[in-house]
Amino acid sequence: MSEQEYVPKSKAGKWFNDRLPLLSLASHLTDYPTPKNLNYWWTFGGILTFCLLTQIITGIVLAMHYVAHADLAFASVEHIMRDVNYGWLIRYIHSNGASMFFLAVYIHIFRSLFYGSYKSPREIIWIIGLMIYLLMMAAAFMGYVLPWGQMSFWGATVITNLFSAIPLVGDSITTWLWGAYSVDNPTLTRFFSLHYLIPFLILGLVVLHIWALHVPGNNNPVGIDIKKPSKDTVPFHPYITIKDTFALLLFMIIFAGFVFFAPNVLGHSDNYIQANPMVTPAHIVPEWYLLPFYAILRSVPDKLGGVILMFGAIFILFVLPWLDTSKVRSAVFRPIYRQFFWILIIDVLVLGYVGAMPAEGIYLVLARVGTVYYFLHFLVVLPVVGYLEKTEPVPLSISEPVLSGSADYSMAKKDNEKI
Amino acid sequence: MDKSDKKTTRRDFLFTTSYTVGAVGLGAVIWPLIDQMNPDRAQKALATTEVDISQIEPGKSITVLWRGKPVFLKRRTQEEILEARSVSLEDLPHPEKDEERVKSGKDEWLVMLGVCTHLGCVPLSNKGDYKGWFCPCHGSHYDLSGRIRKGPAPKNMEIPKYEFVDANTIKIG
Repeated sequence: MSEQEYVPKSKAGKWFNDRLPLLSLASHLTDYPTPKNLNYWWTFGGILTFCLLTQIITGIVLAMHYVAHADLAFASVEHIMRDVNYGWLIRYIHSNGASMFFLAVYIHIFRSLFYGSYKSPREIIWIIGLMIYLLMMAAAFMGYVLPWGQMSFWGATVITNLFSAIPLVGDSITTWLWGAYSVDNPTLTRFFSLHYLIPFLILGLVVLHIWALHVPGNNNPVGIDIKKPSKDTVPFHPYITIKDTFALLLFMIIFAGFVFFAPNVLGHSDNYIQANPMVTPAHIVPEWYLLPFYAILRSVPDKLGGVILMFGAIFILFVLPWLDTSKVRSAVFRPIYRQFFWILIIDVLVLGYVGAMPAEGIYLVLARVGTVYYFLHFLVVLPVVGYLEKTEPVPLSISEPVLSGSADYSMAKKDNEKI
Repeated sequence: MDKSDKKTTRRDFLFTTSYTVGAVGLGAVIWPLIDQMNPDRAQKALATTEVDISQIEPGKSITVLWRGKPVFLKRRTQEEILEARSVSLEDLPHPEKDEERVKSGKDEWLVMLGVCTHLGCVPLSNKGDYKGWFCPCHGSHYDLSGRIRKGPAPKNMEIPKYEFVDANTIKIG
């Protein structure tokens, strides 16, 4: 960032800033030069920050009323719903907030995939983002266990049993995770402890995520570097803050729609039955945001193989910046990649759908095809398309397509000469 | 000893020994923090359960909770035992004779953990392609001896340690 040294106007401000440069930081965040062509897909960073803070605040409040004990947890959640003032509201915001958090993070991730935001020099931002995503999944899974309903219990049983697939030490690890010989009270109490911890780890990673973002600056819809900061960028405040706020308000309308009109539509009714270690519900499904990975797990007829592929589907994303060989970032100028991008979206949606269906018949076939394609996309399509694709010409700078109203290369060049 | 070989100094020795002692100390501190998550004494204390089996008719089964897990106690009929024993070992993903899975002389009693060896769900009895158990979670089929026949589960359902205390009582664990 090329910025002038910030000097507070007041004497007291200068005194403080010399000792702890918080005002310099605030000034950097306010004036942070942002590409002026950012579209609404770029507002999800702010929306995600809102989601994280919502989960932390509502979570702290819920923890004041919740009891983490196998005999009391289920009743304490009902106590929150019926007796605690506004308890129903706070709990519905927290439970639907998890879904909204994942909705926003998936849009954020696919934004990055479309516009090549994960590519050099932004690999570290991408990797930190994936670590946040992994922690989000851990937090969501453990949070879902806390009400101690049937889905809580059996979801916890199935997921912790994934570790028993590890050769030799698998069973010891599973027992260690449980603190018992099955999912039981010790499991619940430790999940509560970790569920409370993880959001603060995420908060720390969010700081690193933004820090790493502010080194190269934002990517943008045309995916080219900023040439002339004065022409290509606008200060973060008020231009981006107001745009983010507007997008956040729209997002909150949808959020409130779920909370007030369909608070249980994303949950599962079996979770309103108290956990019973003797009876497994007929059809166990995870929350919607984990369904594609669940489909991959079930598509493999081998226990260890299924677990490896499921984790592999997430960890393959960590090496994505090096699998994609194309120098052009934005899919706007990549006619072939653009099509594969949409096929990947359809593939993930199909996997999500079959993950919610019984693992048999046509669903199993679809899950297998979808799983194979998912890995093909990252391991074969991305490296090969990067070499073979003839990309369209990219504009010379961000200003040109904006000012000329066209991304056309020749037009952009002519305008450039005039200027 | 050549002079040029003399690269290891007194300081290197101090570094190495300090790191080693430090690592051992760190490990000694971390281990209690890890081991506290293993099953505690209260959990281990629940390790045996006695079950009265006098009321179970042939062909019926009961389920009891042992260490937080369901245990199936099935009193099999002669036909069921014969069927379980007629299977060739080559047809089994995890080959085990039915005789190895019951106590000799008590062949009608099948006592096993009612936990699918895939991901830990409780299989449903008298269901599936092999008349034994069927796991609804991911579709594993078990036969009348609790052996895996079809589906993603890798192993037969586990036989816990148990003994007949007297003719009507089984002690599990």
